[in-house]
Amino acid sequence: MDSIQEKLVKRSKSTNRDLMGKGISLSALVLIVLIVLSIFVFVTSRGLATFFHDGISVKDFLFGTTWNPSVTNPKTDHPYIGALPMILGSFLVTFLSALLATPFAIGTALFMTEIAKKRGAKIMQPVIELLVGIPSVVYGFIGLTIVVPVIRHIFGGSGFGILAGTIVLFVMILPTITSMTVDTLKSVPGHYRESALAIGATRWQMIYKVILRAATPGILTAIVFGMARAFGEALAVQMVIGNAALMPHNLISASSTLTSVLTMGIGNTVMGSLQNDVLWTLALILLIMSLVFNLIVRAIGRKGEMK
Amino acid sequence: MGVFINVQGGGTGTGLSQVAQGAVDLGNSDVFAEEKEGIDANKLVDHQVAVVGITPILNRKNGVTNLTTAQLSDIFTGKITNWSQVGGNNLDIVLINRAAGSGTRATFEKWGLDGAKSREAQEQDSSGMVRSIVSTTPGAISYVAFGYVDDSVVAPKFNQVAPTDKNVMTGQYPIWSYEHVYTKGKPNSKTQKFLDYLSSSHVQNTLVKKLGYISIHDMQIHRDVDGKITNK
Repeated sequence: MDSIQEKLVKRSKSTNRDLMGKGISLSALVLIVLIVLSIFVFVTSRGLATFFHDGISVKDFLFGTTWNPSVTNPKTDHPYIGALPMILGSFLVTFLSALLATPFAIGTALFMTEIAKKRGAKIMQPVIELLVGIPSVVYGFIGLTIVVPVIRHIFGGSGFGILAGTIVLFVMILPTITSMTVDTLKSVPGHYRESALAIGATRWQMIYKVILRAATPGILTAIVFGMARAFGEALAVQMVIGNAALMPHNLISASSTLTSVLTMGIGNTVMGSLQNDVLWTLALILLIMSLVFNLIVRAIGRKGEMK
Repeated sequence: MGVFINVQGGGTGTGLSQVAQGAVDLGNSDVFAEEKEGIDANKLVDHQVAVVGITPILNRKNGVTNLTTAQLSDIFTGKITNWSQVGGNNLDIVLINRAAGSGTRATFEKWGLDGAKSREAQEQDSSGMVRSIVSTTPGAISYVAFGYVDDSVVAPKFNQVAPTDKNVMTGQYPIWSYEHVYTKGKPNSKTQKFLDYLSSSHVQNTLVKKLGYISIHDMQIHRDVDGKITNK
């Protein structure tokens, strides 16, 4: 009798395990939230120091076109801290590489899911997974030894610039967009295809009018993810873009991105100085942009659910 | 157990700020601590262990073998944009800078451009990369430490003085800087031992020279932070 009572009143072994599991996952969650929050607070506080501590106006920072933080502008008595060249550079390489990669990604994904399923799964899937896994410094190195000299040979100049950055990023984000598009296309229900074929559509009509339509939100999400990767990429871009904080006036002149200026400058500045603060402000812009990319993905997911 | 020394890389700001915070025992820098913004130099003790000469380098097609201070600073500030304006071939000038805030750039601007700040241009953060870009881009000009000069580029004379170790030692060639090791306050005995080792004639005659630097013992002059030169 007692043993039954004990069994009913006391916690069983599995309940304890259950609680322990709950505790572990909760503490993991709390830890991650804490890390994310502290990164946010740190970058924000250092990044805003430019405006509050060093007294630089947000407008000058975002829309100024001259970047040379170690030189003081005699007219305004502030250093040259116009970040527009880098902001433009970042957006240009991001949009251009996404523009270039999207058609190739959709084409490859269609081939893998609709046209040659078996070969696609056998050959293309491992290739794409391999491409995702290559470290960015390798892409940058290939860009430096092949892409830059080729551009120099064809167009003259030094070869460094937005075009070289775009080409390297194109190769880097292609597998990201492709593999996500493949997943989306696979999730289009089979009866969509069967219905389309049953009413006499050709394969091309089925792909173009039914499958791509149904998969549009997913493909858009894939593109945004690719853009987020391109926007945040630092090393490979820094190696081929030329790192001149000048307004980009063509695709083959040396330019810079937010990330390339950050990686070039952070080791040469002293914490707490204005030259260092402005770099943190660039980091803050990067952080905000990745937040924006996330929000876009969510908005697409909410609006475009397959019905 | 012997003494372990951890070496960590980083730009010019890193060494100085780390040693000023007391995070490391020795902080290396190729500029005087007084010259670096945001560093309290009063607390730091300077130990000069070597000298590095810096020379402009040109692409072979530029056709220039001598540059004056005025010409060099006009080139880097953008007043001169074609090599024909300084007696070279009709080629547009392509500037390649080192990262803003780097010691090489600070030294070059101070002594090569007479204090003028370079205009914004392409930046590269490694000497090998700079040399390879200059050697392959017609019209290009940049600057590297003596150790990085080879046949693929031209190192012009500066005000008719050739960029050689000897001319640096005698003080005729001005674009050079000390390689500083900073300690916070007086070094402790272990640190002092390492500093003694660095300035020993063994290291100065082998490692220092092998890496393309000039031994501190070979310098016939001394230059302080304000640029005042005294005979040793």
